[in-house]
Amino acid sequence: MTGLDPDTDYPLGTRRPDLISTPSGMSLDDLNLEQLRAGVIAGEDVRATAETLRMQADIAEAVNRHQLAENLRRAAELTRVPDDVILAVYTALRPGRSNAAALEEWAQTLEETYDAPAVAAFVREALEVSIARGLIK
Amino acid sequence: MTAKTRAAERLARALRLESLISPDPSLGLVAMKSPNDPTPSLVIDDGIVIELDSKASNDFDLIDRFVVAHGLDLEIAQTAMPLADEELARMLVDVNVSRDELVRLSRGLTPAKLTAVMSTLDPVEMMFAMKKLRARKRPRNQAHVTNRKENPALLAADAAEAAARGFAEIETTVGVSRYAPLNAISILVGSQTGRPGVLTQCAVEERRSLQLGIQGLTTYAETLSVYGTDACFVDGDDTPWSKAFLASAYASRGVKIRFTSGSGSEALMGYSEGKSMLYLESRCLSLIRAAGSQGAQNGGVSTVALPLALPGGTKSILAENLIAAWLDLEVASGNDAIASHSSIRKTAKLMGQFLPGTDFVTSGYSVMPKYDNMFGGGNFDSDDLDEWTTIQRDWQVDGGIQPLSEEDALKIRRKAARAIQGVFEEFGFPQVSDEEVEAAVTAYSSRDIPDRDRAADVEAADTVFSKRVSGVDVARALDRSGFSDVAEAVLAMQRLRVSADYLQTSAVVGEDGEVESAINHPNDYSGPGSGHRLTGDRWDRLQALPHVQTSTAAAGVENTDGQFRFDVVGEARVRHDVAEVVVAIGPAFLGSLRHTIGGLGHRQVIEAIVEGVRSGGAEARLVQVRRTSDVGFIAHDAAVLSGADIGIGIQSKGTAVIHRADLEPLDNLELFGMAPVLTLDSYRAIGSNAAAYAMLGQPSPVPTEIDNFARVKHIVRTTLMHAVETGAVANDAPPIEIELLPSS
Repeated sequence: MTGLDPDTDYPLGTRRPDLISTPSGMSLDDLNLEQLRAGVIAGEDVRATAETLRMQADIAEAVNRHQLAENLRRAAELTRVPDDVILAVYTALRPGRSNAAALEEWAQTLEETYDAPAVAAFVREALEVSIARGLIK
Repeated sequence: MTAKTRAAERLARALRLESLISPDPSLGLVAMKSPNDPTPSLVIDDGIVIELDSKASNDFDLIDRFVVAHGLDLEIAQTAMPLADEELARMLVDVNVSRDELVRLSRGLTPAKLTAVMSTLDPVEMMFAMKKLRARKRPRNQAHVTNRKENPALLAADAAEAAARGFAEIETTVGVSRYAPLNAISILVGSQTGRPGVLTQCAVEERRSLQLGIQGLTTYAETLSVYGTDACFVDGDDTPWSKAFLASAYASRGVKIRFTSGSGSEALMGYSEGKSMLYLESRCLSLIRAAGSQGAQNGGVSTVALPLALPGGTKSILAENLIAAWLDLEVASGNDAIASHSSIRKTAKLMGQFLPGTDFVTSGYSVMPKYDNMFGGGNFDSDDLDEWTTIQRDWQVDGGIQPLSEEDALKIRRKAARAIQGVFEEFGFPQVSDEEVEAAVTAYSSRDIPDRDRAADVEAADTVFSKRVSGVDVARALDRSGFSDVAEAVLAMQRLRVSADYLQTSAVVGEDGEVESAINHPNDYSGPGSGHRLTGDRWDRLQALPHVQTSTAAAGVENTDGQFRFDVVGEARVRHDVAEVVVAIGPAFLGSLRHTIGGLGHRQVIEAIVEGVRSGGAEARLVQVRRTSDVGFIAHDAAVLSGADIGIGIQSKGTAVIHRADLEPLDNLELFGMAPVLTLDSYRAIGSNAAAYAMLGQPSPVPTEIDNFARVKHIVRTTLMHAVETGAVANDAPPIEIELLPSS
């Protein structure tokens, strides 16, 4: 927990901009017209960091939204996962798309290559249920 | 009339185009309660759920397993599940039981239990509970913006107008899927022109939808559909885990999401397992919360007409919205797809969400005509906007749409169409012509817009993906084409993606640019005087419809100088044994009022009456009665003055009476109360009939038309004109004989 207080720190963008930056370290203030004209804002850099999403998860947890917090924690991990890998994992999770070994392989990749243990555990849980419900190729 | 004719008239009503059916539980065609719905239960052994809603864990399907794994708080369940359905229901409608407490209990309730509680509530109790359980303090609304030609200037203009009307989210979709990036960019530019901070989405296939979010061209998505049975899930090519994973993926790219579900989809897809629509929806909602979605779009949505074919269907739809709110989800409550052919019926259905207020009263109000709505029509559309804002005004209820003057609408539409023209030019996309821009400003529908080269457009659209054109690039293009304020608004949307505050429950961006969610703007309703109340500036704004008039303007007061357009001959005398009709006008006649409510000039009216009297062989004498504005007394005073005991009284609004001196003032010979339908010929006939009475003849009553809508159409002006007339009364003033001035 980051010790954030939802009553005083949320919205982070307006109440705690000091805590927020883009993946390359630009502050919210830097995302302005002058910087845009100077050409220093890159489209792919304008997104939430894992740290920001973890803070949002903590805020959600603090207002008793446990499942939303879990979702945001998985999201924090997925910030490290490239777009094409995300789409490949999504496809693998669809019914009848993968065999057990393939799904387990994705879980390992998420865990080891991308440091995404919560997502990996989620994929393994899906694998277990898919086997029980006959949705494995 | 014969029975056959009666039946034919009723069969011709739009309502009868719809099929109503008796419940058939075997096909899942039952709204709230099927004999096949399970009895609520939750059996926990050593911290493990071994039975859920009368099903043993070995038999758990995908949804049961997902809900058990992620959706239930077993500790709370131990106190929540034993509560009787009626007890929970009473807590829902008790102002002294807080939303927090009810949401806490919901964490321990199973899908069948939630459904069982709903079956104990009546519609008004559900509405009250909805008011209490909505997550965000202020209800908002979502707009749909599409058109058949996928014209970017029209999309931008419509999005800008929607934003200026107060919609907090705008959704587009495509006819041709390759158009998606262009449509996304068009509504992004349009919405930010109309009001900075409006969230936008483009509903397309998941991969494209996610890609648009990744590139910062959209900020939310609600395409994550879920179903209440395994077979439907698999048919939809997903599992709860794949959908939940996708939800996390969207969040990781800073995109707000809500899941979508709705009554009837399982029956429609043929896999209802014989369960009620509400029970299956309750399973969906339990799953949606378990997946960590901040919200749900439900309320029938695209299959709304199916529950509406069944008894209790409208109620069941409100029940599913209510379960979603109880589960602490943001609710975009349907009312988007066409629910009925009947305006009465669909408006009656709307009240369930409109009166209590949901987070988004509709999950897509068509701001274009139905013709251009690519979501399948639109339950309420641009033609209905004035009705919607009037109903808000009638009920003093905030349905999330603000009135907008035509002048302001045209201004914002033009700016948005020019802005997207500039962006297309900067990106080297096929030109948006000046002709298109101008047409988009005033067009009723895309029929009124020039055709574009669609092949060239989709080619350009492909480059948005291949060159990864981003929201930042859109901002830059806007800035370069002279729309730096819109550029700044698009940049602000990019900053939102960085801070991710709008991933919290029920988030929208307020008018001040700050995120407004259930955390910093929670619904704090706790009885009268609390919660979001439509008062103050917001009420002033919502009641000021562009077509509202001041009472002075509506009264039609034409001069205030106190001058009458006639000469006074002297005090009116009583005459005897003269074949005459005295024609008496009211106190404001030809004074501050100069026309009847039907728009006839007072002078012409008098001339017609006089002509009629003379044609009947009598003399006409003009007087003004000043002591009263009541037409009965005016006419009676005239009759008393008349040498033949016959008078005509006429008020400024045109109401006339033929009277005889020996009758009681409030009795009469003939009354012409339908002033708006009287013509100069009618007044001539009134004159000649009065003359016939004066000559002791037996005239047939003057025929008049009957307009059943005259009252509703004219009651305001009637009241106001009568107020002017009454204001001109001089209590003790005697009647005066007058002479019209020569016409100018």
